[in-house]
Amino acid sequence: MSVAEKDLKAAEAVQPWRGFVTGKWGREVNVNDFIEQNIAPYHGDESFLQGATQNTKQLWDIVSQLSKEERERGGVWDVDVNTPSSIVSHQPGYLDKEKEKVVGVQTDAPFRRAIQPFGGIKMMIDACKAYGFEMPQEVIDIFTNIRKTHNQGVFDAYTSDMRLARKSGVITGLPDAYGRGRIIGDYRRPALYGVDFLIKQKKQDLLNLELDALDQDTIRDREETSEQIRALGELKHLAEMHGFDMSKPAMNATEAFQWLYFAYLAAIKEQNGAAMSLGRVSSFLDIYIERDLKEGTLTEEEAQELVDHFVMKLRIVKFLRTPDYNELFSGDPTWVTESIGGMAMNGTTRVTKNSFRFLHTLFNLGPAPEPNLTVLWSEQLPEAFKKYCAKASIETSSIQYENDDLMRPFFGDDYGIACCVSAMRIGKQMQFFGARANLAKALLYAINGGKDEKLGIQVGPELPPITSEYLNYDEVMKRFKQMMEWLAKLYMNTLNVIHYMHDKYAYERIEMALHDREILRTMACGIAGLSVAADSLSAIKHAKVKPIRNEQGIAIDFEVEGEYPCYGNNDDRVDGIAIELVESFMNMIRKHKAYRNALPTQSVLTITSNVVYGKKTGTTPDGRKAGEPFAPGANPMHGRDKKGALASLNSVAKLPYEHSLDGISNTFSIVPKALGKDMDGRTSNLVAMMDGYFGRGAHHLNVNVFDREQLMDAMEHPENYPQLTIRVSGYAVNFIKLTREQQMDVINRTFHGSM
Amino acid sequence: MNARVHSIETFGTVDGPGIRFVLFLQGCALQCQYCHNRDTWNLAGGKVMTIDEVLNEIEPYLSYYRSSNGGLTVTGGEPTLQAPFVTELFREVKKRWNLHTTLDTNGVNDVNKLKELYEVTDLVLLDIKHIDNKKHMDLTAVSNARTLETARWLSENGKRMWIRHVFVPTKCDDEQDLLDLGRFIGSLNGVEKFELLPYHQMGTFKWEELGLDYPLAGVASPTDQEIERAVQLIEKGRQDKNKDTGKDTNKIYPSVS
Repeated sequence: MSVAEKDLKAAEAVQPWRGFVTGKWGREVNVNDFIEQNIAPYHGDESFLQGATQNTKQLWDIVSQLSKEERERGGVWDVDVNTPSSIVSHQPGYLDKEKEKVVGVQTDAPFRRAIQPFGGIKMMIDACKAYGFEMPQEVIDIFTNIRKTHNQGVFDAYTSDMRLARKSGVITGLPDAYGRGRIIGDYRRPALYGVDFLIKQKKQDLLNLELDALDQDTIRDREETSEQIRALGELKHLAEMHGFDMSKPAMNATEAFQWLYFAYLAAIKEQNGAAMSLGRVSSFLDIYIERDLKEGTLTEEEAQELVDHFVMKLRIVKFLRTPDYNELFSGDPTWVTESIGGMAMNGTTRVTKNSFRFLHTLFNLGPAPEPNLTVLWSEQLPEAFKKYCAKASIETSSIQYENDDLMRPFFGDDYGIACCVSAMRIGKQMQFFGARANLAKALLYAINGGKDEKLGIQVGPELPPITSEYLNYDEVMKRFKQMMEWLAKLYMNTLNVIHYMHDKYAYERIEMALHDREILRTMACGIAGLSVAADSLSAIKHAKVKPIRNEQGIAIDFEVEGEYPCYGNNDDRVDGIAIELVESFMNMIRKHKAYRNALPTQSVLTITSNVVYGKKTGTTPDGRKAGEPFAPGANPMHGRDKKGALASLNSVAKLPYEHSLDGISNTFSIVPKALGKDMDGRTSNLVAMMDGYFGRGAHHLNVNVFDREQLMDAMEHPENYPQLTIRVSGYAVNFIKLTREQQMDVINRTFHGSM
Repeated sequence: MNARVHSIETFGTVDGPGIRFVLFLQGCALQCQYCHNRDTWNLAGGKVMTIDEVLNEIEPYLSYYRSSNGGLTVTGGEPTLQAPFVTELFREVKKRWNLHTTLDTNGVNDVNKLKELYEVTDLVLLDIKHIDNKKHMDLTAVSNARTLETARWLSENGKRMWIRHVFVPTKCDDEQDLLDLGRFIGSLNGVEKFELLPYHQMGTFKWEELGLDYPLAGVASPTDQEIERAVQLIEKGRQDKNKDTGKDTNKIYPSVS
């Protein structure tokens, strides 16, 4: 009897799911159910956390040294110009094989960037050239004459209107020459189920797609599913190359981290997407750590080491991109966004010890822009966790916050943030990334009868320009709405072209293999220049605005007589205008049919393109001069918020999330002294501030805590600030990697509390 | 009732506990050489606001002030110059929202005429510009007698206060003065905190904007060592005094902000 029992136990010990509470997740792919059944919510404080191990420190030294060399080489350490990247294109590379707990890099060496030409060969050629490398002619030939790219497809189909709108910058940042990104594979699935199980499921999907009539949609579904199965096979091969068998589920925490990372690695080897976000993995992984801790096979120090090594890998994700691209998205961002915390639908918290461990990497490894650590804030989060987040924000400025209480009703309790502010159900939803339309420029088009104020040519529809001496609000608003209607239609059609071609020529095989078959797609439009447009309209309404026209009749300057309320002071007279713009543009977008029946959404987010948008936009009626940057995201224009931080926050909090489901970004910068006198005061003030802000239905907040002087010094002495991290619209960057222009923009923005 | 308002700050965290609505009133009778809000002196300046208008500005942020155990701080300028308004405002925020009230004052106004105001004030931030009367007059153009009287009155009437002292090198660094200041603080009840505010030049531009010469041109901000010395001397004076009177010496901690 006792012998049999012992055998049973031994057999159990090699079961990957031993000790887990079973449920629906055991029969079908359902990671959220697994989490719900097995999570250990944590309400305590950070005192259990462990420092960096010797191995961690040594590995981080290697990374720091490589980062330094990369800077010295002008931003790119090395490029493998010969090998177009795929899941299995490169031999394994290591930082230090003996010390790494989580292995795998994108090519055969860390920091060596790969060419990823499926989005567009031109971008790859230019990027190589810009950093002093040259692509071999035969690779160029293949992706010019033999294998068509996404970029080529898009330009084959673009209309003349689309080309013109792109040139003038009324629509900018479109993913038509590079990977669209913003798709989150459920990278947890291979760890929980093993790849074989996932392949089996996908093969069943394929059988279920053997329908009577094979129409275009079904044919595409069948082809895509077959590609997904192929990609899953390659994922197993990738693991094998590193000496692991991923066909079966992970046996322990170390394997769970490794499986999950391999799945993510496969995605970034295959796709150079604008944002390659990770999802919501920390509390999932905590379940494995808890089991190992209980079984005595892992210590807390080793658990932290696993997290540190995993995060280190996420910090060194590298893509080859052009300096042009850097103007839009500066600082070499990758948006490895990890969503942390939040609450479950059943009222318990999704905060675990691993939520702390992930944030703790900011102390063990120092501050960093990636992974893009995103805390899903709820008033119900454990107080100790809130305080720890605030403390980490104050010391590292590396965290962004998004309102879980606002998003949960829309997205449930297993969503993650893609890129900066785009929520999506993990493995059940994807988006078609749509960059943004320039509302401030559209307003000038309304005043100038569709003529571009910079190029002097007709871009918008030829409506009668406004010729009165002073601008009349009702007349301008009427014309503006007409112009917005035109813009919304053109914008949607442009995005339809882009995403049709991306699916066709640069399909995300492995990311979509880690999705359900039936998914929700959103068409994620966006707007830039909201505060400029709102303030301009407020000036026209509440003060007197006199256009100064050139010989062509185009308004190139404006005289503003009198005072007017500015967005950012919690004043409904102008905040109401901002709300109206968000709502009405969203409703205009909703009128148009989106590719693949996607659900139209929009964001108020600029990333760092607020600088480029400003450059491309003439003087506006709010007094902003031609070429000057816009405020980032939904921020009020700098220097115009006169009543302090809370008034500014309350203005932004009014923007309606239901009409901006792809997110509303707000960046908050404050000097440490203005947050409170000591660490305790600062921490509790920041917590109270976020509870208050999010309690009013606000969506997002970047929190920066530092002195302007420190940034000025970092501009002059970048070598002293290799890890200085700041939050910009929706993500974080190494301050010293920004262009000088963007550094100045950051410094010139409102710092609350600086006198 | 109306007041002349210089400006408002919805997110104040240094003038009293928690997050605070800070109302800067216009007008001051002192002429502090280091004043970093020179533009608040003119009694005829600022924007005229009613009690209701101020209350409407506070209301949208109550949740922030409540959850941080913060409240309303009135400063200036010198708020006691518009005491009836402040009294009414404090009374009203207590009645409506039970909000914590803080008054930031130089104490130069006759305390006997301000009893109603202090009745509705939960915390007084009392600035002692200089303990030596002659030097006080040099620095501010008025005597410190009333300020010290205010401090004693608050002490005797069970009011809570934070004492603040702007520390200006060359003006406030005499050893005896610092010890005396400490001894004076040690003689008071109800002092929850003492804050040494190192002098800074950030207000210089406001003087320049008004076309005025900055009286402390050339005076540097204190070094960390100078600050540390001042804190220690003041603390020594306070402890000596406490020893004399047998009071608990660990009750307050000086802080530098």
